[in-house]
Amino acid sequence: MFYRESGQYSTSYGQDRQLLQLRQDRVGMVVLLAIGLVGIPFAASDYWLSAILIPWLVLALVALGQNILMGYAGQLSLGSAGFMAAGAFACYNLILRVPGIPFVAAVLISGLIAAVVGILFGLPSLRIRGLYLAVATLASQFFIVWALDKFGWFKNYDSSGIINAQAIVVFGHTMGTPAEKYLVVFAIVAVLALLAANMAAGSVGRGWMAVRDMDVAAEAMGLSLLRTKLQAFAISSFYCGVGGALYLFAYLQTAEPTGFNIELSFRILFMVIIGGLGTILGAFLGSAFILLLPVFLNIFFHAIFGAAVDATITSALEQVIFGVLIIVFLIYEPLGLARLWQITKERLRLWPFKY
Amino acid sequence: MNFFFEVLVGGLLSGVMYSLVALGFVLIYKASGVFNFAQGAMVFFAVLSFVGFMELGLNFWVALPVTVALMVVVGVVTERLVLRPLVGQSEDTLLMATIGLAFVVEGVAQLAWGVKVRRLELGIADEPMGWLADNADILVSQLDVAAGLVAGIMVAVLALIFSKTKVGRGLRAVADDNAAALSVGIPLKQILVVVWATAGVVALVAGMMWGARSGVQFALVGVALKAMPVLIIGGFTSVPGVIVAGLIVGAAEKMAEVYLGPYVGGGIEGWLPYVLAVLFLLVRPEGLFGEKIIRRV
Amino acid sequence: MDMATHDHAHGDDMSTTQRGFAIGKPILELDSVSLRFGGVKALTNISFNVLEHEIRAIIGPNGAGKSSMLNVINGVYRPQEGTITLRGQKLTDMTPNRAAAMGISRTFQNIALFKGMTVLDNIMAGCSQREHANFLEVAFQLPRARREETANREKVEEIIEFLQIEHIRKTPVKRLPYGLQKRVELGRALAAQPKILLLDEPMAGMNIEEKQDMCRFILDVNDHYGTTVVLIEHDMGVVMDLSDRVVVLDYGKKIGDGTPEEVRSNPEVIKAYLGVAD
Repeated sequence: MFYRESGQYSTSYGQDRQLLQLRQDRVGMVVLLAIGLVGIPFAASDYWLSAILIPWLVLALVALGQNILMGYAGQLSLGSAGFMAAGAFACYNLILRVPGIPFVAAVLISGLIAAVVGILFGLPSLRIRGLYLAVATLASQFFIVWALDKFGWFKNYDSSGIINAQAIVVFGHTMGTPAEKYLVVFAIVAVLALLAANMAAGSVGRGWMAVRDMDVAAEAMGLSLLRTKLQAFAISSFYCGVGGALYLFAYLQTAEPTGFNIELSFRILFMVIIGGLGTILGAFLGSAFILLLPVFLNIFFHAIFGAAVDATITSALEQVIFGVLIIVFLIYEPLGLARLWQITKERLRLWPFKY
Repeated sequence: MNFFFEVLVGGLLSGVMYSLVALGFVLIYKASGVFNFAQGAMVFFAVLSFVGFMELGLNFWVALPVTVALMVVVGVVTERLVLRPLVGQSEDTLLMATIGLAFVVEGVAQLAWGVKVRRLELGIADEPMGWLADNADILVSQLDVAAGLVAGIMVAVLALIFSKTKVGRGLRAVADDNAAALSVGIPLKQILVVVWATAGVVALVAGMMWGARSGVQFALVGVALKAMPVLIIGGFTSVPGVIVAGLIVGAAEKMAEVYLGPYVGGGIEGWLPYVLAVLFLLVRPEGLFGEKIIRRV
Repeated sequence: MDMATHDHAHGDDMSTTQRGFAIGKPILELDSVSLRFGGVKALTNISFNVLEHEIRAIIGPNGAGKSSMLNVINGVYRPQEGTITLRGQKLTDMTPNRAAAMGISRTFQNIALFKGMTVLDNIMAGCSQREHANFLEVAFQLPRARREETANREKVEEIIEFLQIEHIRKTPVKRLPYGLQKRVELGRALAAQPKILLLDEPMAGMNIEEKQDMCRFILDVNDHYGTTVVLIEHDMGVVMDLSDRVVVLDYGKKIGDGTPEEVRSNPEVIKAYLGVAD
């Protein structure tokens, strides 16, 4: 009875197009943003900020990119980590070699560089789908990481093969503390998520979904398959690249190219599957799930088996549980947690009635 | 010149190994239309279990059928719990499910047998063949040659089974159309058991060859990823295609590594097969021997 | 069986006051078109034309090549021989994109709706040719993107009202019954405001009421907007009542071309459909 929509209706197409239709939803979003922007930086501990919230937001951004390619455009990708690496190393090199470049500008340009790489690898992949495309994305994944590793220029010829992220400087102010880093990440992710939502709900998203669902019909309507798919590749890689840059600068601090390996790509893939394909919310839910599950499992195992649990056993168990979850979600709820959330909201709208 | 031949032959034989792994993929795909991403994990699980059983005291010739039985169980369980609930879903969904399956199998393998790297002795030394070395000054590993022979025999046997026997015909019918096969009385369940058993045997053999060569360790799973480009180049449904493609990939990889590698610090074999596959897709998407895909509007 | 609830039957000699747009000059001409798939000859030496503002039916037994005919017209298949002249322009390299740009819109035999979207989004997708705003404008909701979205939405709402599907506009199409899906597909084709509408068996699988509705929609589209219609149809009653002229195909060859009455009494046509008594 609280989540009623009676009395709320659109009187113009502009209103009907809004991303959040119900007033309750809009209020909820404002509250969420307020908590995120103001409440959390003050209240949350450094551990929570550095180890949980920042990676959650950053990986959600990458998952968004993956979702754009997979959920909206229907292209199966196993190469998101490669584009993250491209973005991360691009950002590092930009700040290294372009004196005084603003951090946000460097991040955005890194995204663009990742987008160009995405287009390069996307071009040969335009006429293929499904498994063929997956293999092509593996090509991008392995090649990018190899290139970044082998050509020392990318790592500034560091003998250890590791790069150290520089400080984040915004308007002359060094964002060094976890809370400050979190704010930068929050701002960038929130804006990019909004842009993604706008694209998905508008003509761009319809174009992607049309090409995904029935490319012959899409062509017959005048959509260029080439342009639409390339656009999806480019935008998706942009998001992965920005995410990668933030991953390095706001979370890892140090990294080597092989850290952006196929395991990371699989994790991103799982975030999208569990979170919900083709939804913006799904990226955030999936990211949270994949990040928090190992934490909970650890606590769980320690509770049951005591402190001396072999790390290899827990990681193997984790693997099994992840795999099982993927299968279970694909069988029972292919639209993921986002769909479960939607069903919950629909029940709430009717509550206390059943239908 | 001799060196060139060594590299070439070494690459070809290495490619045969890839083909062995890829064969398992082809079998499952031919029979159920599903690309089993978990095949690599199953190869690993198969050989790991085999070695594990022997460590537990089982004799080589006892451990072999026991492992095969285990792989059949794995296959049947996969078919019931993963594939059957997803019947009719899109190809992408099935692929993602098998990715999940790969994680499960890998995790179970490590839980069951631990992470220790194991050796596998097959009685064939990974040493140059004596008479070739002495007479032609070419160094070719005995193990690689043995693997080549084994692969050749397997392919021949499989090809015969597919084309000549009733079971083989049933397999092809099932691959084409499950419902139609059922309606003409083909025992679907039994056929699928046969398919998974065969794939399990192939996985075990491939694993044994690889394991003898490089030790039974987790990295084996990564090798199986290489089978994907092999499938693309060869064509998903073609057994001979897989062999030829494996040879091409193995040879190309080795040659590139040896001749180009030093200029770029090595590691080319990490990505070359995939880039090769992409280039192939541009020119011939159905692979060398695959069936052309026609879409009706 | 009178399928059309219009106050005149087509095939009569029409004066402009009776129908919205008088039938005009040829808008589409096929000349000696042949199409082969490997060894299979789908179409052999097909020549016919379609006049502007008319409703042209393509009929023939199953496998006669009717769908291939439509696919050639909108560029999905490239014929090995022959030319297509569209609105006076000879075209040798028709692609679906070009066809759409030149005002051709179509539906498909097996319903090619976008299963992941709602009715509204499906039909909006049909407006893609009028969406010039690039992705940045859409992302930032800049004025041009919003204007186009609203303008297209208005157009689409007109179509929704015309097809009487207001009540399901937010329903995912995969939940709709077959007949409504076909209607939505028609809506999507109309969203592009086409000059030529290609309909591949628009009434397949429909019951009598649904067929009556669909006939009415097609006639109204032709009447109000002057859209030239080329449709493949099996139901003879529909063809007789709906179309101005008919082309008959059999085994990829043209065996009849004319008004419905002429074609109906053509012995070749009768033989193709019913066989000949020995």
